[in-house]
Amino acid sequence: MNWYILINIILPFVLAPFLFGVINRTKAFFAGRRGQPLLQLYYDLFKLFRKGSVYSVTTTWIFRIAPFAVFSSIVCVILIMPCGALVSPIGFRGDILLFIYFLAMARFFTVAAALDTGSSFEGMGASREVQFAALTEPAFILCMAALACETHSFSLSTIFSRLSFASWSGEGAVLLLVAVSLMIVLLAENSRVPVDDPNTHLELTMIHEVMVLDYSGPDLGFILYGAALKLWIIGSLVVGVALPVNTGNFFLDRFIFLGGMVLLAVIIGIIESVMARFRFLKIPQVLILASALSILALILQVRF
Amino acid sequence: MQMLLISLLVFFIGGVLSLLFSRSGRIASIVGAGSAFVASIIGLFPALHSLFSGVSQQLRYPWSMPCGSLSFELDPLSALFLTPLLILTALASVFGAEYLRSWSLKKSLGAPWFFFNMLAFSMIAILLARNAMLFIISWELMTILSFLLVTFEHEKKSVRTAGWIYLVAAHVGVLFIFVVFIMLGMKNGSMDFDKFALPPGSIAAASLIFVFSIIGFGSKAGFVPLHVWLPEAHPAAPSHVSAIMSGIMIKMGIYGILRVFIYLGPPHEWWGWLLIGVGALSAVTGVLFALAQHDLKRLLAYSTVENAGIIMIGMGTGVLGVALKSPLMAAAGFAGALLHVINHSLFKGLLFLCAGSVLHGTGTVEIDKLGGLHKRMPWTSFAFLTGSVSICGLPPFNGFISEFLIYFGAFYSISSMNGAHVFSSSAVIISLALAGGLALACFTKAFGMIFSGEPRSGDNSRFHESSPSMLLPMLALSSLCLIAAFTAPLTVSAFKYMLPQLTGMTFSTSAKALDIIIKPLWHVCFISAGFFLWLFALWLLRKLMPRSEVVEKTVTWDCGYCRPNGRMQYSSSSFAQPLTRFFNFFLRIRTLFKGPRGIFPKDSHYMTETPDIFEKGFFAPIFARIHDFLVLLHRFQNGRVQMYIMYIAAMLLILLIWKLS
Repeated sequence: MNWYILINIILPFVLAPFLFGVINRTKAFFAGRRGQPLLQLYYDLFKLFRKGSVYSVTTTWIFRIAPFAVFSSIVCVILIMPCGALVSPIGFRGDILLFIYFLAMARFFTVAAALDTGSSFEGMGASREVQFAALTEPAFILCMAALACETHSFSLSTIFSRLSFASWSGEGAVLLLVAVSLMIVLLAENSRVPVDDPNTHLELTMIHEVMVLDYSGPDLGFILYGAALKLWIIGSLVVGVALPVNTGNFFLDRFIFLGGMVLLAVIIGIIESVMARFRFLKIPQVLILASALSILALILQVRF
Repeated sequence: MQMLLISLLVFFIGGVLSLLFSRSGRIASIVGAGSAFVASIIGLFPALHSLFSGVSQQLRYPWSMPCGSLSFELDPLSALFLTPLLILTALASVFGAEYLRSWSLKKSLGAPWFFFNMLAFSMIAILLARNAMLFIISWELMTILSFLLVTFEHEKKSVRTAGWIYLVAAHVGVLFIFVVFIMLGMKNGSMDFDKFALPPGSIAAASLIFVFSIIGFGSKAGFVPLHVWLPEAHPAAPSHVSAIMSGIMIKMGIYGILRVFIYLGPPHEWWGWLLIGVGALSAVTGVLFALAQHDLKRLLAYSTVENAGIIMIGMGTGVLGVALKSPLMAAAGFAGALLHVINHSLFKGLLFLCAGSVLHGTGTVEIDKLGGLHKRMPWTSFAFLTGSVSICGLPPFNGFISEFLIYFGAFYSISSMNGAHVFSSSAVIISLALAGGLALACFTKAFGMIFSGEPRSGDNSRFHESSPSMLLPMLALSSLCLIAAFTAPLTVSAFKYMLPQLTGMTFSTSAKALDIIIKPLWHVCFISAGFFLWLFALWLLRKLMPRSEVVEKTVTWDCGYCRPNGRMQYSSSSFAQPLTRFFNFFLRIRTLFKGPRGIFPKDSHYMTETPDIFEKGFFAPIFARIHDFLVLLHRFQNGRVQMYIMYIAAMLLILLIWKLS
C-alpha cells in the first residue's frame, strides 16, 4: 500500500463540509445575498460537538445509537471508495454492493431513530425516505452495472481507474446516460432539490431534515457531518464518471478531481436556485427515469 | 449416519411418550420439547461433519412396499438443509415449551408435541430418502403433520379455513411431484434415486420434468402464484411452528427442486430464465404484499415468499451459469441460493419467535394496536431489530452475504460476458435491488410501529416481557445471524463438495471458482468487523466530549401542540401508504372510509385491507368453477335410498349385459 492512498480517506473527512459552503454561497449569489461564510458548517460542527444533548422521554437507546451507526456505516463506505481514478485502500470485486448496502444500513438507522421518537412529522419523513430509497436503489445499482459492463470490472477502484476521456469519445452516450442517472441518484440520496428541500421551514414538507428533528448537540453534529460525507461520497462517483482524468501526474489529477467536486457543488447550488421542489407525487417518476436511463446505458452496450 | 438414526429414534420415542403423558400438559411439554432438543443436538454432529468434510454415507434396507426401498443417504446437499433444520428445531422446541404453557389448562399438549416431533422426523426423512416412495411418504407425512399443527386452535373458524387452504394447496403440489418421479423412474423401472435417468436425447422430457418440479415443489416453497397458503397458514399456527414452517418446511420445496435438478443432465438456458422470472416475481410481489399487511405474522409470511423468490433468483443465476459454461457465475448463483437457505431459516425463525413473544406478551400481533413495546419488552425488541437488519440484507449481518453472492454472479456476467444474458442479469439486479429497498421499508415499518414510539392503545401496563426460556432461543438466533455472516467464507468454501453434483463441473473447477468468490467475502467480513469497531470508537469519543451528559429530558417535538396522544402517531398503514399507493395498480387495496360529517361529527373510521389478488383473482374463480361442476353431481347423490338401490340394480344389469355379450 502506498502512503498517498490515505489521501482517499483524509480528503472526504477534511473537505466534505466545504461542499455545503459552496452550495450555500451559490444559492446566495443567485438570491442576491452575500450568504454564509464558506466554512459555516465547520463552525456549526465545532459548536455542536461542544454542546450537550436533549433527548425525548419517548426515545430509547436506538435513538442514541443511530447517529453512531449511521456515521460508522459511512466510514465503512469511505474505506472502499475511490477518489476519482485513485484506487481505494480496500478494493475487491463486488465492493460496489457493499458500498450501496452500507448506505442502506445508514438509512435503516436514520429511519428507525425517526420512528423511535413517536412523532408524526418524523414518521412522515421516514415514510417518504423509504419510499424514495426503494426506487433510488435500483437506479443506483443499475448505474453501477452499466459502468461494470463498460469497464469489464465490478470493483469501484478498477472501474474508475479504467474510465478516461477516451471512453467518453468511444462510448459517450453510455457515460452521459450514466452521469445523468447518477446525478439524479445524488440529488435523491442527499435530499436536495428537486426531491427534497433542505431549507424549507415547514416540517410537513421535508424528508431528511424532519427525520432528524429531535437531535441536538453532538448527535446532530454527527448527523450533519455524516450528511456532508454522503454528499462527498456520491458526488465523487459523479465526478469520477463525468471528469475521468488520468494524466499520470498525481497532483494534477487530484487537483482536477477537487475542481470537479467544487464544480459539482456549484451545479447543485444552481439547480436549487433555478428549480422548485417537485410535488411528492412526481418524484417517483423522476427516480424511475433514472433507472430507465441506466437500463438504456446497459442496453446500448449489449453485443449479440 | 448412525447418529442420525438415533436422532430419528429419539424424535419418535419422545413424540410417542409425550402423547402418552398427554394427561399432564407440563410433563408432555417437558418430554416433547426435551426430546426434540436432545434429538436435534445428536443429529447436528453428523450433519455438520458431512457439510464441512464432504463425506456421504449410505444405508439401505429392503422394504415390502412396492417400488420402495429404505435407502438413505447423507450427502453434503442434504446436510446443508439438515443443519438449519436441526438448529431451528432445537431452539423452537425450547421456545415452544414455554409458549404453549398458557394453553395447558384448555388443551391437551401431548398431541401437538407428538406432531411437532414427528414433523421434524418426517423432514429429516425427506432429506435422507433416496427412494421415491420413501420420499413421497415422508413428504405426505410432513404435510399432514404440519396441517395438524396449523389447526392447533381448531375451535376458531379462521384457523380451520387456513388449514383447509393449506391442505388443498399442498395436495395440488404433490400431484406434480408424483409425475416428476414417475417420469424419472420410467427408464430403469426403479424408484431408487441412484437409478434415476432419462433416455439420452430426451430434451423435451427433461424440460417437462423441470417445469413440473418447479410447480410441484414450488407450491411448498411458496413461489408466486402458488404462495396463497402461506399468508393463511403461518398466522394460524402457533409461533414456534410458524418458525419451523417458514424457516425450514418451505426449504423442503427448494431441496426438492435441487435434488431433481441433479438427475436432469445439462440444463438449458431458458431454465435459468424461467427460474429468474418466477423468482423475481415472487421476490417483488412478496415484499409488496408484506408491506401492505397490518398483521405481523401475515407480514412475515409474505416476506417468506420474498425470500423464497431470492433463493430462486440465485438458483436461476446458477443454472444460467451452468448453461453458459461459466463456472464463476454458476458457483456464485448456487452459493448465494444455498447460503440464503441457511440465512433465511435463521432470521425468519428468529422473527417468527419474536412475533410469538409479542403475541404472548400483549395478546395481539395487530401492528396498529401496538407501539412503544421497546420499553416493555427490551429483549424481544433487540432480537427483532437484529432480525430486521438481517432480513433487509444489510451488512454486517448474514442476509447481505447471500444477496451479495447472487449479485456477484449477475455482475460478473454483465461485466465479463457480453451477450443476451445481460438482460437476465439486469432482471436479477433490478429485482434484488427493488426487493431490498422495499424490504427496508417493510421492516422499518414493522419494527418502528411495534417497538418504537408510544403505545397506540392507551394502557400497556399489562404487557410483559417473555420469560428467559423464550428469550434465550431468540437471542441465540440473533447471535447466529451475526456468526453466520462472519463464518460465511468457511461455509461457502464447503459448498465445493456439492457444487460438482449440481453444476456438473469437476471438483477442481468448482473449488477454484469458489476460491475466487471467497476472496471478496473475506474483505466484506473485514469491513463489517470494522463497522463495530467504528461504532465503539464513536461511542468512546462521545463520552470524551466536553458535555457528554444529558442536558435535559423532555417530550418529542410536537410543533407546539399541547395534548398529543399515542393515536396521533404515524401508523403502519400511513407509513406504508406512499408505497402502497404507488403500487396500487397491482396491490388493489380495499379502503373503507367514513369521514366526519356535519357540525358535530360523530363516528368516523378509515380501514384498509389488502386481499391477495392471486387468491381472489385466480384461485377463487377456478375453485368456484370446480365447485359449480361438482354441484351438478348432487343430482346423483340426493340421499334417497330408493335411488341408490336403483343405481346398484342398473350397475348389475350393465355388468350382466357386458358379461353376456
